[in-house]
Formats: sequence, structure tokens, C-alpha cells
Amino acid sequence: MFQYMVRRILIAIPVLFGVTIFSFLIVNLAPGNPVDMQVNPYATEADIQTKKEALGLNDPIHIQYVHWLVNLAKGDFGYSFSTYEPVLTMIVDRIGPTLLLMGAALVLAYVIAIPIGILSATKQYSWMDYFTTSFSFIGISIPNFFLGLGLIYIFAITFQIFPTGGMNTLGNEGGLMDTLAHLIMPAIVLATGIAGNMVRYVRSSMLEILGQDYLRTARSKGLKEFFVVNKHALKNALIPIITVIGVDIPMLIGGAVVTEQIFQWPGLGQLTIQSIGSRDYPTLMAINLMAAIAVLLSNLIADMLYSVADPRIKYN
Amino acid sequence: MTQSLLKVEHLQTAFRTGKGEVVSVEDVSFQLNAGQTIGIVGESGCGKSVTSLSIMRLLGQTGYIKKGTISLNGKDLTKLTETELRDVRGNEAAMIFQEPMTSLNPVFTIGNQMIEMIQLHMMISKKEAKQYAIQMLQKVGIPRAEEVINEYPHKLSGGMRQRVMIAMALSCKPKLLIADEPTTALDVTIQAQILELMKTLRDESNTAIMIISHDLGVIAEMADTVLVMYAGEVVEEADVFTLFDEPKHPYTLGLMKSIPHLETESEERLASIPGTVPTLQNMPSGCRFHTRCPYVMEQCLKEKPKLQGLDEKMGHQVRCWLYEEEQKSENREEAVL
Ligand SMILES: Nc1ncnc2c1ncn2[C@@H]1O[C@H](COP(=O)(O)OP(=O)(O)OP(=O)(O)O)[C@@H](O)[C@H]1O
Ligand SMILES: [Mg+2]
Repeated sequence: MFQYMVRRILIAIPVLFGVTIFSFLIVNLAPGNPVDMQVNPYATEADIQTKKEALGLNDPIHIQYVHWLVNLAKGDFGYSFSTYEPVLTMIVDRIGPTLLLMGAALVLAYVIAIPIGILSATKQYSWMDYFTTSFSFIGISIPNFFLGLGLIYIFAITFQIFPTGGMNTLGNEGGLMDTLAHLIMPAIVLATGIAGNMVRYVRSSMLEILGQDYLRTARSKGLKEFFVVNKHALKNALIPIITVIGVDIPMLIGGAVVTEQIFQWPGLGQLTIQSIGSRDYPTLMAINLMAAIAVLLSNLIADMLYSVADPRIKYN
Repeated sequence: MTQSLLKVEHLQTAFRTGKGEVVSVEDVSFQLNAGQTIGIVGESGCGKSVTSLSIMRLLGQTGYIKKGTISLNGKDLTKLTETELRDVRGNEAAMIFQEPMTSLNPVFTIGNQMIEMIQLHMMISKKEAKQYAIQMLQKVGIPRAEEVINEYPHKLSGGMRQRVMIAMALSCKPKLLIADEPTTALDVTIQAQILELMKTLRDESNTAIMIISHDLGVIAEMADTVLVMYAGEVVEEADVFTLFDEPKHPYTLGLMKSIPHLETESEERLASIPGTVPTLQNMPSGCRFHTRCPYVMEQCLKEKPKLQGLDEKMGHQVRCWLYEEEQKSENREEAVL
């Protein structure tokens, strides 16, 4: 198991190189450059050139990449092109809110979706089943921005139950209930797609399991149907469900970018949009790198959980 | 007269399918006493498993008992609620399934699955239950039982898994053991061992056994009485000696001829019953076997024969017009005299 993990981590290294090269190219290929994005109207062409030279933007792209990489190896993420703060500081400031939002969304999605998926499978073809399958389909297809704006319109503007955005009411930083009130709507938006997907996964994997011979054996022992479903069937159904976690994390990261923007949530997603707007290459690269690591890590964790849930799988 | 442990009367079991209702078991009746073994034979699809699953009331969501009664120890199982049934399942009646490879849950250890059942029906601690489970495993001849109990099913061979199933089924000392093709998936040596094991256990605890097989050898080895089923119906019932000595129903005769014998000349081909079992959706009218019967008569196409006792032996019953005629003529002769 330990050997397997080490091997997986070693394999991840070239993958990460690939990802950074690719994103460096994409980021640089985007039209415009950091200096053009923030020049004031009085700057002369010479000023601009000096600035570009100072930021190293006139070097060939591969030199720029190597430069970035060498600094990274020293633990230096560089400075933001737009705020001139160290990139690392900016990310450390923003990562907390993002993790809070993602964590809340993930828990919310799973807590709701797994029982519904099980129920839907055990009552296949009932009105409940039709209702949840169509509802989960809507959940998957509805775009985050649309759902977000809809929720804001209904719950923040019309009924004024929840705040329209941000993480805290100004002047009230740190209040738990206040943060929670701000968290609910973005968490719901982010959770919707994941929950919809999860319901369908749980349902189909439970349906496959519910016909298995060993459940009949469990019933023949005199076991309550509740345990037949939630012990014997569920533990088997978990095996395919776990793989979905590996897919959910990237979905969550993508969703967070849009959701944070809509709700003015002060996290990495919002920072991403801002950095794209100002062509803030160092910040964008750092965020990309972190997202890539998160995805690889979540896949590794999913594989580990896989072997915990299924005794037939042993890694070595 | 002793009351029989299991009494099945006019059982009719059906399934809801996409194409409507299909009746898989039609008018099956039999009795079984404690310590006795009844064998059920018949080709694949004739309703052997459905009959046994009906007794356990494990027909799934689509299956249901349409008619008939099943009384076990005086209780009518067809009338019990789900809660009452849970006390019967695993406790008074236990079942060994046809598929040893898939009948154990792959993600729980052998011990977990056995202890779960033992604790459901016996008031003992988990520790005691584990000790007891180990004893049961030893009893069915599993070597290294202390280790096997902590293994997951995939580590065990088919024969070992079936032994585990038997150990589990017998752990709460059921009065009725239903064994649905307990040895079909196993190789011949293991098969003999498992049958031997079931016999020993039956003799020790006076369990009634219902054994299902399409292998007449297994039936001859184990059973006291035999039911021959065809297309969901019982076509012949007799004690095992009578059935093998003087089979009456053309279908039973066909089955007997298809047993390979050592003395059979190698060039001589094994007899087989021509044709296949009719599907439940288009069951022929009259006698269900008439499409394949070598003795088919006019009457067989139109009227359905009843299962009737032959005169000389009360226990021997046949569902065939051939013998109906015989009986009638005998009766007529008697009347003349
Ligand atoms: N869940 C079900 N839904 C619909 N039809 C079923 C179902 N289970 C069994 N049947 C039908 O009932 C009939 C009897 O099946 P059964 O399993 O009892 O046969 P069997 O005699 O045990 O055969 P085998 O020797 O192959 O085990 C078959 O025609 C089968 O198609
Ligand atoms: Mg069967």
C-alpha cells in the first residue's frame, strides 16, 4: 500500500510538469498582457516597454517558464502583477473561504444525495423515483450562474432572508451565524450539480446491487430489510460511488470559480477571475498548480478509499 | 398419526413481468416430516427454485403467492407478516442457495456474516457467537476455521463457500433445511462430501430436508420421497425406491433414460427427451408434456390430467392420462366382478 502510494506520487510529478507547461502556454497565449491591462492613459510607449522589461515579459516564453519554475523550486511563487503582493500571501488569505465553501457544498451534497439515491433505487419506478431522477437531472443541467442569480433574486432581494453576497456583513467580521447566513446560498448552488450527479450514481449502483444473490441470503437469515439495504447493499454500492469523489473535486473547483464570483465570496475562485482580468500570470499559474495538485490528490484518495471499501482490491 | 412438519397445498406462484403475469408454479402440493428428505427433480426452468423460494417467501418484489397454503409447524407462512417471517427465516427454516459463488456478501468477512445471523436468533454475546461460528465451520469440515472466519469470501473456493453457507444455514438448528442444488456448482468429490455432510447433520438433529436437483443421482442418494416437476407442475410423486423401480410418467421415464450408466455401450447414445420445456407464456393446452410425449393421445391435447394416486400404492401419484385409463378399466373390471 505504502509502495503504491509512493509510486503514484512519483507518477504525479511529470503530470504536474505537463500541466504547468500547458497552462503557462494558455495563459500567455491569451490576448493582451498584464501591462496593457493596467496602463493609465498618460503612460508613454517607453514607460510601457520599461515596465514589460522589468516584469520579464519581453523574454522568450520558454525562458519565462524556466524562470518561473526555478523560483518555484525555491518556494517563491513571485509577486502579483496587479497588486504587487506576494502571490503566496494572496493565496493563503483566500484559501480558507474557498475550502469552507467547497467543504460545505460537498457535505451538503452527499448528505442529501446519498439517502435520496438509496430511496430512489429501493422504490424504483415509484412516483418518488421519477421525481428524484427528473429533479437530479435538472440539478445537473442548471448552470451555476443561473441558479445563483435566481436564488439571489428570490431569497436576497425579494424576501431578504439571506445576504446577496460576501462572506460577512461589513463591520461584523467573525460572527459564526453571520458567516453561515452568507454561506448557505453559494453552498447550495455549488452543491446542486454535485448532488444531482451523486443521486444518479447512488441510484444506479444500488439498483445493480439490489438484485444480487447475497442480499437474498441476507434476507434468508431473517435480517430486517433496513439492514439488508443500508448495510449489505450500501457497502457494496459505495465502491463505485467512491470513484465519483475523484470526479467531484474538479467539478467543485470549476464551480467555485463561477459561484464565488456571483456571490462575491472572497476565495480563490474570485481571485482567479480577477487575475484573468488583469492577466496576472504569476497568480494564475499558482492557482492552476494548486488546482492540479488538488485533483491528483483527490484521485489518489479515491483510490485509497476504494481499497478500504472493497477487500478484493489490494494495491501493491 | 404424526402431523407433518411442512405441508404445502395447492401452491401457485406467479411473477409480474413486463409482458404481464407469468405463473411459474402451478398447484404444487406435498408434505414433509421431521427427519425426512424430499427431493425435487426436473429440467431447468420447471419451477424448483421458485417452489423453494415461495416457502421462504423470498420471491423478491415481483413474485407473489397467488394461491395455496404453506404450513410449517402449524403456521401458515403465506399469511405471516414480514416481521413474523423474520423469526422463521434462518431460525425455523433455512436455505442453501443454488449459487455458492455469489451467495455470500463480498465485502463482509465470513465471521461477520455468520455472527450476524447467529445473533439474530440466539441470545448470545458477540464473542460467544464467534466461538459458536468457529465450531459450526469446523463441523462442516472447514480446515483452519479460526482463520477462515476472518477471511472475505473471495479467498475461498466454491466448495468452501458452500460449506460456509451450510454452516450458516444450520447454525440456528432449523427444523427445515431447503437446499437448492447445493452441489451443482461443485466438482464431484466435493459434491459427495457435501451430501455426506448434510446426511450426518440431518441424522444428528432430525432436520427435515428439501433437496432440489436436476441430478437424479443426488436425489437417489439423499431423498426418501421424490417430486418430479415439469413446467411448474408436479407430474409424479413417489417414494424414492418406487420412483426408480417403476417410474410411471413418460417424463420421468425420459429422465431415467437420460442417466448415463457405466455399462452403457460407448456407441450407444444417451437417450434424451426431444424438444424443450414450453415457455410459461405459451403453455400448451391439455397436458403440458404432450408436445414432447412419445405416448401422446387425442385426449392429452384437450384435457389436463389430474395428479392422482395409483391404486396399488397410495403414495405414488401420477399426472397422466395413460394411468387414468388403467384405473378406469380396473374399476370397470371390479364393477363387473
Ligand atoms: N423473478 C422472476 N421473474 C419472472 N420469472 C421468473 C422469476 N424467477 C423465476 N422465473 C421463472 O420461473 C420459472 C421457474 O424458474 P426456477 O428458477 O424455479 O427454475 P428451476 O427449476 O429452479 O431451474 P434451474 O434448474 O435452472 O435452477 C422459469 O421459467 C423462470 O423464468
Ligand atoms: Mg433453480
